[in-house]
Amino acid sequence: MGDKNGKLRIGWFSFTCCEDSTIIFTELLNTRWKNWKNQLEFVHAKVLKKSPDAIPEMDIAFVEGAITGDGQEQKLKNIRQKAKYLVAIGSCAVIGSPSNQRNFFNRSQLEEISPILARFKYKEKVLKLSDVVKVDEVVPGCPMNEQIFLQIMDKYLNTLTR
Amino acid sequence: MHDPTDPFDAENFDINLSEISKIEGAASLEIKVRNKKIEYLKFSISEWKRFYTQAIQGKPAVAIPQLVARICGTCSNAHLLCSLKAIENAFSVMPSNQTKQLRKLLYFGLLIRDHGLHLYIFALPDIYGKNSILDFDEKDPTQKQLLEDTFEVKEVGNQLSIIVGGRSVHAPNPTLGGFFKYPLLEDLKNLIPRLIGIRSKILTLIEIFAKAPFEMKPIIQPIFSGLTSDDFSFLTGLIKNSAGKAISENEFQSYLDAVIIPYSHARGFKLNGGLMMVGAMSRLNLSKDALHPKTKSELSNYLEFFPSNNIFHNNLAQAIEILHAIDSSIDIIENLNQINNEKLPKIAPRESTGVGVIEAPRGTLYHKYNIDAQGLIKKAEIIVPTGQNQVLMERGIYEQTDKLLSEGAGREIIIQEAEKLIRAFDPCMSCASHFLKVTWK
Repeated sequence: MGDKNGKLRIGWFSFTCCEDSTIIFTELLNTRWKNWKNQLEFVHAKVLKKSPDAIPEMDIAFVEGAITGDGQEQKLKNIRQKAKYLVAIGSCAVIGSPSNQRNFFNRSQLEEISPILARFKYKEKVLKLSDVVKVDEVVPGCPMNEQIFLQIMDKYLNTLTR
Repeated sequence: MHDPTDPFDAENFDINLSEISKIEGAASLEIKVRNKKIEYLKFSISEWKRFYTQAIQGKPAVAIPQLVARICGTCSNAHLLCSLKAIENAFSVMPSNQTKQLRKLLYFGLLIRDHGLHLYIFALPDIYGKNSILDFDEKDPTQKQLLEDTFEVKEVGNQLSIIVGGRSVHAPNPTLGGFFKYPLLEDLKNLIPRLIGIRSKILTLIEIFAKAPFEMKPIIQPIFSGLTSDDFSFLTGLIKNSAGKAISENEFQSYLDAVIIPYSHARGFKLNGGLMMVGAMSRLNLSKDALHPKTKSELSNYLEFFPSNNIFHNNLAQAIEILHAIDSSIDIIENLNQINNEKLPKIAPRESTGVGVIEAPRGTLYHKYNIDAQGLIKKAEIIVPTGQNQVLMERGIYEQTDKLLSEGAGREIIIQEAEKLIRAFDPCMSCASHFLKVTWK
């Protein structure tokens, strides 16, 4: 694990969700960036930098959000191929909710939204990440549980130093 | 025969940005240029909908504020406060003075954190010609200081939100008529030195954005709109606009004209049939005199920039609002002598309609709920700031691109300048696409 500078190559990706865990992540940077800047290489993180269209090879992909469209499904599969480990971040990625609330709509609610589903080619059902790809770790919570996230991050950072 | 993919062809090219970086959520931009003229330009919100206004139908009104907070991770506590206000209005719940003060603090924590994220992490790299704040040169004393300020300022806002709300995102403690758990006075008092400590950093930030050499003035001036109050509280007041209209919160539905944008997942809005703008710049254009006295006295030079119609002054306005949030928070905390564990009021559900309007960090946010006799939601309407700015955003990109083409700019410059301008609006796509009942023609 790690690049030639001994840094963990990480990507941060968001699918359909409120991006609450992205905010928690940027707030965790407040007190941790001084350590992390020497340990992490952000190869793809749209919230922090202009990131390449092509998904780069990486050690860990942190992925928040649920899968709502076919393009998202393809992108997630692509991320899975390029990442050694994939971590599902937050409730929508881990269990699909609340972004999958339309999966439970009654007939009249579905009729109300059906023109939009058809027009923008939404998937019939909203999927959690593990419906589409193998997920190595999960950080549940809405927003993600900070402590579990930090434990997972530390676990992978420890692989760098040994 | 022209090849639009030829990087050396400055007269014919296509721009297709599927994911604009350093904004909240997903937006895309398509521009087709032929013979140095724009053939078409589409700015669209590409975030997929989660249909919150449908999903909350039939659910108990008292549970709604925590649900709709999930519309947006960034503006979460703004949705929470707006929804609480709407449901309280529906059930005639009057929050105590203590609750009002604590809610202001919760909001100011959000504002410091959220404007801080936008200004330091999204907008500042454009001024220094960097891709990311993390690329700032730590051997350069100014850049090193700004990098440190970024995280220090955000952290103070984050801590203020955590102390008052229990968490900075989807705060669990605020509820109808009060708080499930009240903050400790000591924790708030201990934050005062840190709030004072970031004042000088914000003064530096204000100076940077005041001197930034960016300008984009729409050919037709938009109408600036916002909720205004005597103490610039963001949470109460009258809806006013630069065309001279002033209405109460309950009248909002006849105020805005919805516009269907066929290629966008969200709808836009107009005001009086014309372009409109909400957000920090609109607020300062409309009511800069209501800012905290200390903020005003220290910033008299910079406040002269307003009223402004340079879209990039939205960044400067946000920086000024951070100072106002700091000064107001210090005042509120200094005047708190005790925090009582006030009992929550009993809620008596009844058939009613509740409207809540606040100024979210990005502009005016409207929540309206129709509630049945059992206290369940019959119908909901939520209008977010980015929807209100969307039409002007596209117009602004069009006018800027047209001007750049006439000056001989190529594809890369046009992309860079478009992204910069979009960031100046500080759009939030997660909010903009959360729902929508749209009749497609």
